[in-house]
Amino acid sequence: MKRGTAPKWLTIYAVAYMVFLYAPVVLLPLFAFNDATIIAFPLSGFTTEWFELLWSTDALHSAVGNSAVVAFVTALVSTFLGACAARASSRYSFPAQKGITGFIMLPLVLPEIIVAVSLIVMLMQLGLSLSLWTVVAGHVLICTPFSIAILSSAFAGLDQSLEEASFDLGESRWGTFRRVTLPLVMPGVISSLLICFTISLDEFIIAFFLTGTDATLPVYIWSQLRFPTKLPSVMALGTILLALSVGLLLLAEWFRRRAVRRQGLDASSSEGLL
Amino acid sequence: MARRLSREDKQGLTLIGLPFGYALIMLAAPLAMVVTFSFWTQDYLDINRTLTVENYRAVFSQPIYQTLLWRSLRISLIVTAVTVVLAFPIAYYLSFHMKKNKALWLFLITVPFWTSYLLRVFLWKVILGYNGVLNTALLKTGIIEEPLTFILYSANAVVLTLAHAWAPFAILPIFVALEKIDRSLLEAAEDLGDGPFRRFWRVTFPLAIPGVVAATLIVLIPTVGDFITPKLVGGTDGLMVANMIQIQFGKANNAPLGAALAVTSMVVVAIISIGIYLVGRKIGGRVAR
Amino acid sequence: MSTTKPIIELRDVRKSFGAFEALKGINADINEGEFFSLLGPSGCGKTTLLRMIAGFEPPTAGDISIDGKSMDGIAANARPTNMVFQSYAIFPHLSVADNVGYGLKTKKLPKADIKREVGQALAMVDLVGYGDRGAHELSGGQRQRVALARALVMRPKVILLDEPLSALDKKLRDQMQFELRELQKSLGITFILVTHDQEEALIMSDRIAVMFEGQIAQLATPEELYRRPATQRVASFIGVMNFLEAKVGSSSDQGVRLDIAALGKVTLPHAAVPKGMNPAQIAKVGIRPEMLTLLFDPTDKAENEVQAEVVSSDYYGDMTYYSVSLPNQKDPVTISMRNTAGRSIAAPGSPVRVGWGVESVVLFE
Repeated sequence: MKRGTAPKWLTIYAVAYMVFLYAPVVLLPLFAFNDATIIAFPLSGFTTEWFELLWSTDALHSAVGNSAVVAFVTALVSTFLGACAARASSRYSFPAQKGITGFIMLPLVLPEIIVAVSLIVMLMQLGLSLSLWTVVAGHVLICTPFSIAILSSAFAGLDQSLEEASFDLGESRWGTFRRVTLPLVMPGVISSLLICFTISLDEFIIAFFLTGTDATLPVYIWSQLRFPTKLPSVMALGTILLALSVGLLLLAEWFRRRAVRRQGLDASSSEGLL
Repeated sequence: MARRLSREDKQGLTLIGLPFGYALIMLAAPLAMVVTFSFWTQDYLDINRTLTVENYRAVFSQPIYQTLLWRSLRISLIVTAVTVVLAFPIAYYLSFHMKKNKALWLFLITVPFWTSYLLRVFLWKVILGYNGVLNTALLKTGIIEEPLTFILYSANAVVLTLAHAWAPFAILPIFVALEKIDRSLLEAAEDLGDGPFRRFWRVTFPLAIPGVVAATLIVLIPTVGDFITPKLVGGTDGLMVANMIQIQFGKANNAPLGAALAVTSMVVVAIISIGIYLVGRKIGGRVAR
Repeated sequence: MSTTKPIIELRDVRKSFGAFEALKGINADINEGEFFSLLGPSGCGKTTLLRMIAGFEPPTAGDISIDGKSMDGIAANARPTNMVFQSYAIFPHLSVADNVGYGLKTKKLPKADIKREVGQALAMVDLVGYGDRGAHELSGGQRQRVALARALVMRPKVILLDEPLSALDKKLRDQMQFELRELQKSLGITFILVTHDQEEALIMSDRIAVMFEGQIAQLATPEELYRRPATQRVASFIGVMNFLEAKVGSSSDQGVRLDIAALGKVTLPHAAVPKGMNPAQIAKVGIRPEMLTLLFDPTDKAENEVQAEVVSSDYYGDMTYYSVSLPNQKDPVTISMRNTAGRSIAAPGSPVRVGWGVESVVLFE
């Protein structure tokens, strides 16, 4: 095997795999602009009526509003908790560090239904009612590990002597945080905010179990899936969500690269994304 | 040996205290409650708090739950195997044959997964359906005469859909592990006489095993708990234990039983995961890191 | 130009990290205006001591005073010291000018004043015009100067330097050694330098504290350290030292009688004898390679002479280092000779006379 050039079958496989990955995704905008009420081939003409329909659906508007609020609050709280944990792990070593951090990261490997079921049991026992706030509580639980993952590398890349230097030059703790720490981890913070926002926006299972009368967007979509006539507008909605998520992701990546460049490292490495 | 907490230690503990406290309240406590809950019984809306193993007896004796559990396990294991096996070549391709723009390709691989999960599953329904995209295409090109029926509303559909859904989660850990492999090791192997196939099996694959194990666990664990895919594309043959859990918490009003099912599936998955982890350690551990 | 007024007083300073004792009781005075070095191998505690003076670590016991005031309980940002970090710690998100002016901005100086001070500091370190550059655009040597300027602009009482030259290549290091010394002399600020490079310490310092394992082995001027090392360890750490067996003899008015196995009998003046040496005691004697001479010409004379044999030689361009076997001495000694014109290099195996003087003999317990 010549170095650098792949065997033919591998390249063919890679192409086929990418087709497999993108198959459903490509259909989304296809049917969103399709002038037909049935989601099937062959395609009819082009139309934007499904997007216009979305615009006028009130239930959708409130679902969007709910999701936006939930995602926004989740992003803020998760990023804050993630920053605390990332900072604690990078700067300090405290007893039982691995165990504590491992436990906080546990939601990453738990099936969402387990998380949802546990929370609903606890809420039932405590007699608390379900609402958007309970959804936020659940989302923060699963988003914080992602925030920690992103912010850990941001804080780890922070040279400790930079904060010491600021201190040595007469700055207070808060001043050091404001002038040195925060600017240097800010891109990571923004990246975390965007990713947590996106995860919360798309999360279904926990929202399904823990929401009261107010639906989030995915819950709304779920309720629409059983009505065939609603399907094209659901396609339109999905297309918008996809565009939004991709946009947010691109933004997050741009910020990550900026952070890395600020710290003087190699921005094109693929490490940050992981 | 007890260690007196220094001032630094205390600062660190205070900082981590916030997220840890949150996890304790929102995760540890609820999990403990679920376990407790599974030992209670529910009669319509009244919950009987006397401890009993009634629910577990039902789970382990009644055929419907047994079927669901075994099927969920089987499907999850098949999905995991399929996903990881399909993911490995693409991770390999990306790591070894892409020189520039690796990050770009990784991004492109993750893009499909930023569509709503519900919609993705639904779209597979569109693709695999009786009048769906795949059948229409196959009919039009004359490869088949009648639409295929086994591809939707079956366990196969669930496997396919989940394999698609979890693909990037399998690709990424394998990719990371492959990237970490020192290329000069392969050059050394070549220098010592190994051809490409032997190089792969003797050097690349063993060193990639930690990534494969991670990918396996990352896919296996959540798939056991998925109820969306089974519900939308699984038909009656494709229903999994999570669907039953959802029903118990919902229409059937038997939350303790649902809890017992959840705990049972969690314990089973945990045992299997630990087993996979240990096996992976044994195989991959022979290789010095 | 250093005075003898102490600006830093270290009194029985100790530091433990858990069970590990990093500093075991440091006592020293550092004088105002002097260039003081903490010299020692890795792990001897010199950086720990420096960081404690800066205020980043509190002492486990003992006291550190700066300018007569105890620093107990005073945080790093309140001390009249400024540090040049080993990694330079240049703020990557700020320009050179913002880096240098960082501490001045904390003090809320007016912008015009900051600009002026920063300009002066940059001129001092020969980086005029670099103000607008970003941190990532600088070379290692330039970054080091920025770190220095950033500390200088604060006009502290003491500047602390943590191995500032270790990351630079040799030529740059030599140049910076000279520049740092000149700068310190012109400014008159007290400099405390931490280094493991004994050559560096000898070149730059007014006084050096040699540290091993958390304790000061000897605190003296470079010349004193080199010519009269207090212990064998200090002697080997600074330069190269030949060690010879000797037996202490009787004491008289002129001094103490020494019987050096390889070189012969000699009387050492009392000033050069460590306290508490007893007659018939076996001791070690040290003599530097350049203090032993190969007498090539029959007409060459020295205070004392002994017959010896050349074992090998290493040519270094300006010097040749000979390995010479002395009588009654198992290991050969190192003798360095300058390669002046007309003198050939002695061949291995050739007999030679070795000359030496009593004032170059150092007696160790």
